[in-house]
Amino acid sequence: MRSDPNAAPLSLKIAAIGGLLFLHLPILLIFLYAFTTEERTYAFPPPGVTLKWFAAAWERPDIWQALTLSLQVATAATLLALILGTLISAAMAQARFFGREQISLLIILPIALPGVITGMSLRSAFGLMDIPFSTLTIILGHATFCIVIVYNNAVARFRRLSGGVLEASADLGANAFQTFRYILLPNLGTALLAGGMLAFALSFDEVIVTTFTAGQQATLPIWMLEELIRPRQRPVTNVVAMVVFAATFFPILLAYYLTRNGSETAGAGK
Amino acid sequence: MTAILPAKSLADRLTTLFWRKPKLLLALLITPPLLWLGVIYLGSLAALLLQSFYSIDEFSGMVVREFTLKTYGELLRPQNYDIILRTLTMSAAVTIGSVILAFPIAYYAARYARGRWKAVFYLGIMLPLWSSYLVKVYAWKLILAKEGIITWAATKTHTNFLLDAALALPGIGGNSLSTSYIGMFLVFTYVWLPFMILPMQASLERVPTSMLEASQDLGATRAQTFRTVIVPLALPGIIAGSIFTFSLTMGDYIIPQIVGNSANFIGMAVYQLQGTAGNTPLAAAFAVIPIVIMLIYLSLAKRAGAFDAL
Repeated sequence: MRSDPNAAPLSLKIAAIGGLLFLHLPILLIFLYAFTTEERTYAFPPPGVTLKWFAAAWERPDIWQALTLSLQVATAATLLALILGTLISAAMAQARFFGREQISLLIILPIALPGVITGMSLRSAFGLMDIPFSTLTIILGHATFCIVIVYNNAVARFRRLSGGVLEASADLGANAFQTFRYILLPNLGTALLAGGMLAFALSFDEVIVTTFTAGQQATLPIWMLEELIRPRQRPVTNVVAMVVFAATFFPILLAYYLTRNGSETAGAGK
Repeated sequence: MTAILPAKSLADRLTTLFWRKPKLLLALLITPPLLWLGVIYLGSLAALLLQSFYSIDEFSGMVVREFTLKTYGELLRPQNYDIILRTLTMSAAVTIGSVILAFPIAYYAARYARGRWKAVFYLGIMLPLWSSYLVKVYAWKLILAKEGIITWAATKTHTNFLLDAALALPGIGGNSLSTSYIGMFLVFTYVWLPFMILPMQASLERVPTSMLEASQDLGATRAQTFRTVIVPLALPGIIAGSIFTFSLTMGDYIIPQIVGNSANFIGMAVYQLQGTAGNTPLAAAFAVIPIVIMLIYLSLAKRAGAFDAL
């Protein structure tokens, strides 16, 4: 018998902390290389330190265009996903009905199957129906896989919410809309916000489906992908990578703090 | 009595209707999202399937919209068959690598981390899971580059011979880490590792401590407890995680494009065939392979109880 059941074997501790470091250290390098004076290679350690790439990135119109498009797409996709995800989680949480299992499979399918399939499917459909690529086709794809993120967050909260409060509200004379406005929405609020944040982060960063549905337009991740394949000013890509990282990092952190006291915490399923 | 009740508004009447016919409310709630997923998503999948039964006219390069199995036959050509085999091997390797790396993290987080450390581990796993995929891949391009940090570290510690030996390995070696299968394996494992840790941790958290104590009381060594108690109980979580690592590796086409020796993978084949080659039917047929494999995988996983661990 061990004297202290809370003490982990040293080897396990080292492996666990080593694993966490493995997950985090590579990202720090991105930040370091954004300040390097070396433009053509990824020489380590960087020969010098400069801030000029931030100015260079600021003056590139193509970056601004990509950023604007990414923000538009992520906002629209998140709003659509919030509406559709909330509706379906309300339906799935309150009732048992025929085909429920199949529907839950249908909701997770867009992220359970590889992104290349979602992308290729949408592309085939657009091709067969002669739909031209536009911002709308990008949003269409993004909203489809964002629904499940909102759904996951909302359905967990619905399950925790006791049916009693809804009945009490009805007994006190509230109609369905008042119950929704004064009881359901405040209770769901943080879960929806967290789900929305995660959906935004996912959409802002998505590249695989987008390459199939974007046509000639470039979102920020697509811009980055092109720079990765045909680099021009490498450190500028690092500056953009930092922006993309920040734009996804803070919503995730916020989503975590919004839901950390619940039995379910945001982000457990992607 | 009726006099003191206010006149019924539309909202009230709807409420009564919903109360009498709960199915109606359910139908109203579920129709818009189902239409979206049903029409856009399932419709697209159907379009994909349909395209895969078309073929391409070899002379004009135009898609012939007639039912044929010719396109599926092309998948069996040696170069296409190689792509499939290579992708599946890489997916399996990445899954195994992730299991090995994920286990200590998941086990420590589930069993020993308490209080503040619990939060550190949770965020420490979740942030890399959600943070930008491309940024992560890019970071590894910096790390694996010939002039990058790994070569630098190897030179400083005089372990160049280890690196060179690894790169000289036949089949998986290469010119530098960023152009070898080893590098590609590292990047894949890094990117998908959190997807393995989370379900694994969830299933490990459900292993009762009393069972571990019982195993000890009955005289099992740590290795025996691990093998006969912990691993079987964690298996649903491991399988759930493997669904993600396997499926994500199989469908990825960004990483093989940026890291590795430009050998083709299923995802890349799909992308190139529908893009530059304009051979949508063959691209669609390629895309059907991961769907079929994942459907088989999912049904096997369901039988093993992996969905309870999700």
